[in-house]
Amino acid sequence: MLLYLARRLFQAVVVMLVVSLIAFVLFRFVGDPVTQMLGQDATAADRARVAAALGLDQPAYIQYLRFLEQAAHGDFGRSLKLGRPVAELLAERVPATIELSLFAAGLAILVGVPLGVRTAIVRRGLVSRSLLTLSLVGISLPTFFLGVLLILVFSVTLGWLPSYGRGDTVALGWWRTGFLTVDGWRHLVLPGITLALFQLALVLRLVRAEMLEVMRTDFVKFARARGLKPAAVYFRHALRNALMPVVTIIGLQLGSIIAFALITETVFQWPGMGLLFAQSVAFADVPVMAAYLCLIALVFVTINLVVDLAYLAIDPRLRDGRLTTSVKGT
Amino acid sequence: MALLEIRDLAVDFVTRRRRVRALDGISLDIDAGEIVGMVGESGAGKSLTGAAVIGLLVPPGRISGGEIRLDGQAITGLGEAAMRRIRGRRIGTIFQDPLTALNPLLTVGEQLVETITTHLPMSRAAARKRAIALLEETGIPSAGRRIDHYPHQFSGGMRQRVVIALALAGDPQVIIADEPTTALDVSVQAQILDLLRRLCRDHDAAVLLITHDLGVVAETADRVAVMYAGRIVETGPTAAIMGRPRHPYTAGLMRAIPTVGDLRPRLAQIGGAMPRPGALPHGCAFGPRCPAARPDCTAAAPVPIRHGDVLVACRHPDLTEAA
Repeated sequence: MLLYLARRLFQAVVVMLVVSLIAFVLFRFVGDPVTQMLGQDATAADRARVAAALGLDQPAYIQYLRFLEQAAHGDFGRSLKLGRPVAELLAERVPATIELSLFAAGLAILVGVPLGVRTAIVRRGLVSRSLLTLSLVGISLPTFFLGVLLILVFSVTLGWLPSYGRGDTVALGWWRTGFLTVDGWRHLVLPGITLALFQLALVLRLVRAEMLEVMRTDFVKFARARGLKPAAVYFRHALRNALMPVVTIIGLQLGSIIAFALITETVFQWPGMGLLFAQSVAFADVPVMAAYLCLIALVFVTINLVVDLAYLAIDPRLRDGRLTTSVKGT
Repeated sequence: MALLEIRDLAVDFVTRRRRVRALDGISLDIDAGEIVGMVGESGAGKSLTGAAVIGLLVPPGRISGGEIRLDGQAITGLGEAAMRRIRGRRIGTIFQDPLTALNPLLTVGEQLVETITTHLPMSRAAARKRAIALLEETGIPSAGRRIDHYPHQFSGGMRQRVVIALALAGDPQVIIADEPTTALDVSVQAQILDLLRRLCRDHDAAVLLITHDLGVVAETADRVAVMYAGRIVETGPTAAIMGRPRHPYTAGLMRAIPTVGDLRPRLAQIGGAMPRPGALPHGCAFGPRCPAARPDCTAAAPVPIRHGDVLVACRHPDLTEAA
């Protein structure tokens, strides 16, 4: 099991190195930061001075190593547009994105899993069929369209909920949270639903498919033949076994929720990392883009590790370091 | 009155377009302390009979005729909730494949305790004691320690013992063992059959042993029911049937058993294949494959006729030659 963990950690490090290389290449070859900062009419001397200050006169591999070293310390340089340290900018924006993503993921899981179980148990019937049809809509509807639709209905027409920003926040150390104010929650509803709907539909369909698969297995039939109560058969026996692939997908989806919160954040002017990134793309603010890229990669890698650990918690066969069934005989 | 009585049981598979009779006129009694072996080739309806008895027919299959009585009380037509209280509590089921019948994510003890507390008014601690006792009874060494192990930590034979312990958890009067030894090594098979016999005796249970292996039946069962194409073609005491099979299908099955010192270059086969339900030939279903078929065999399905202790559904049992 230790070996398993060590191997997964090693893979994680490799992935991060590759991503940082891409981020670095982005740094060097997308746009010209010197021109960006000094404008077209700068003198050659000025340009050389700024290039030296930024370390751009060094060989590429030295620059890469320096980039790595600084990145490891959380230093991604200064935003070309705002002139402030990138790390500081991101730290300000991280809470908004994380809270939105957690809310969306929580919504997707808390609603998606029970509905998936229900549609698997009661396969016919109007409710299950409508849910399945709706889930198909949820998967196919583009996020920006759903966001605009929700704003139109609930903010513009009905005027029930705010359509942009985070509303009131409370500072907990450097973390500004919207979870502690009513206004914060009201602002969370529409973007949260927008971000969650696709994931919810995905979780619902995935749980349903896995449940149907598991309910055909011998051990579920045997659980029934022993007269166990339906709740025990469905949840203790079927759902737990159906959860393995669901945990994987939910884990990976949490990564993409954070990464693709970008669109929702743009639609709702949610002051998170995604919005920051969208704005920096417009300005070719490379340090911010590179830092965002590395951060998202870090999120994915971390989540993957956590998912692997979750496997160990769920499946006792993995804890013994083997998945093969034992040989026959007494 | 037998503990388990099956009377004229019929099972149909009903779809929008047609209705196919999969079991027809199944009648069988099993007394307490008795093992009845049910043999026949794949698709004959053996497992279907077992599923019908515990009320777990997979739709669109359903009981469309006859009656199943447990201890004198009809259980056909009971609601799902009432049926659930019978399953595991009064009728235990042993599954075929011990590698897939256990939930891989729960310890053996968790699965046993859960089954025990579902059926018997016991605290978890008492249920755990009973679980250990059951594991000991089914022959699992150091049961007190093994109870906290997961299924994958047991060998195939040991897992089948766990499956049997689970089937016994609610102290049922009837045990349906569906191919309990098919997935096991031959040496382990004998041990499991021994165990089954001992449990039947000790618990005074009625056991329905479903198998395609006539050898298993000969070794274990008190009585035999031979199934063919959804019907019982011959039933009676094991010794009487093995000694003098009257139905040509039974005789054919027996000729197909290999024995030590057999000098035949090839085992006898029964030519052709069993007809599918819904495509039965007119008259006797075995007719087209029968070496002793006569013109009148196609008239109507033969009714079972008594010959001493044996019931045979064949018009010309005298034409059947023993192997």
